Amino acid sequence: MLRVDRIERGIVLDHIQAGNGLRIFDRLGLRDVSFPVALIMNVRSTKMGRKDMIKISDTLELDLTMLGLLEPNITVTYIDDGNVTRKEAIPLPERVEGLIECKNPRCITTYERHGISVFTLVDRSTSEYECAYCGERARM
Amino acid sequence: MQTRNFINSLDLSPSQYDRLFDLADRINHAPATYAQRCQGKVMASLFYEPSTRTRLSFEAAMLRLGGQILTVADPKTSSAAKGESLADTIRTIAGYADLIVMRHPREGAAQLAGEYSPVPLINGGDGAREHPTQTLTDLFTIRTFLGRLRGLSVGLCGDLRYGRTVHSLIRALARLGDQRFVLISPDELRLPDRVLSSAAALGEGNTFEQTASMDEALTRCDVLYVTRIQKERFFNEEDYIALRDTYVLTAGKMQQAKPEMIVMHPLPRVTEIEANVDDDPRAVYFEQARLGMIVRMALILDLLEGGDDAAG
Repeated sequence: MLRVDRIERGIVLDHIQAGNGLRIFDRLGLRDVSFPVALIMNVRSTKMGRKDMIKISDTLELDLTMLGLLEPNITVTYIDDGNVTRKEAIPLPERVEGLIECKNPRCITTYERHGISVFTLVDRSTSEYECAYCGERARM
Repeated sequence: MQTRNFINSLDLSPSQYDRLFDLADRINHAPATYAQRCQGKVMASLFYEPSTRTRLSFEAAMLRLGGQILTVADPKTSSAAKGESLADTIRTIAGYADLIVMRHPREGAAQLAGEYSPVPLINGGDGAREHPTQTLTDLFTIRTFLGRLRGLSVGLCGDLRYGRTVHSLIRALARLGDQRFVLISPDELRLPDRVLSSAAALGEGNTFEQTASMDEALTRCDVLYVTRIQKERFFNEEDYIALRDTYVLTAGKMQQAKPEMIVMHPLPRVTEIEANVDDDPRAVYFEQARLGMIVRMALILDLLEGGDDAAG
């Protein structure tokens, strides 16, 4: 059995769909940090069968806003002094910049070099976003 | 201070519309008072798509305010052809002009340009998305002739499916509330459900009725807004020919209409309004085009002077 030490202070990202961990790892820029980080893949899970996990030690400051978009089932646990201080799901972000590609071929963001895609959440129940430029809808 | 742009027809609140139309009224009644108001100011018109009427209307508006205009003859064959981004073109031209008017074939282009422009930018049409100064023109025309923008029976006739002009007008009127919309079109060209539902959500007391018969609907309208039915929207020519004449407004049909009804059209008109309707005092489409220039004068003044109408 693979063992990763429990962390005294840090963040645990759990319930990541197996295979999605590396993408989230990269998206959070964790390759370039100086604090200890562990990406654990294909962990056995009673709920999910297999899952990925990321353990981040020595920091509680990470911008996780976009995680809800990348992995809707993710849970985030904050640990301080060896104790769980907070456990939360990440809701879909209201505004997403640069992550969703507009599928409308007539949209300026698909054409313009300076165009960064911007989508805003229009319906949380259906996970539907709308392009802030052309109005094209995208379902996550 | 953040630069003010005019990108979408719903960017202005109903009270801002009222204020703008009050200014347009004053310009319309005393144009000489405003003839020098933009002296020393330069407007750049940047049209990535051909548009004779909209461009001329803007340029005439600026000239009648005493301003100067810079026209980019064909941006497609100049800077854009060399690979320059829209953001760079806008920032360069903003160094030469106090105001930019832009038409672009891409949806959302005006919003992106507005984000980069340090001077006010007006959307002169961005693909199928918006043509907000046409909406200003239409609302100002209705207000000028009927004296109100609420509690109207508005018949919209023709191609309601693809016409962005109609979509914007319905939304802008629906937001004000208490309107009765009569949507007159063949089944193939009915108003899209998304436009109908978004309009219905904007205001209170509105009703929407869909019909295929112009003759019957005509009798109840305060405003009849006619649009062109384009041949290329139909799968086969027989369908087009069969329907085309159903939606032609004639002097005979006008006899059924209310005496105070107005007939509007965004122009160019092709066959959908017969020439013999033009002499009917209720046919206001050429005056509508002129009022479009007047309301663009008001918009230019408002954006350049921050709404401070000292002469008004």
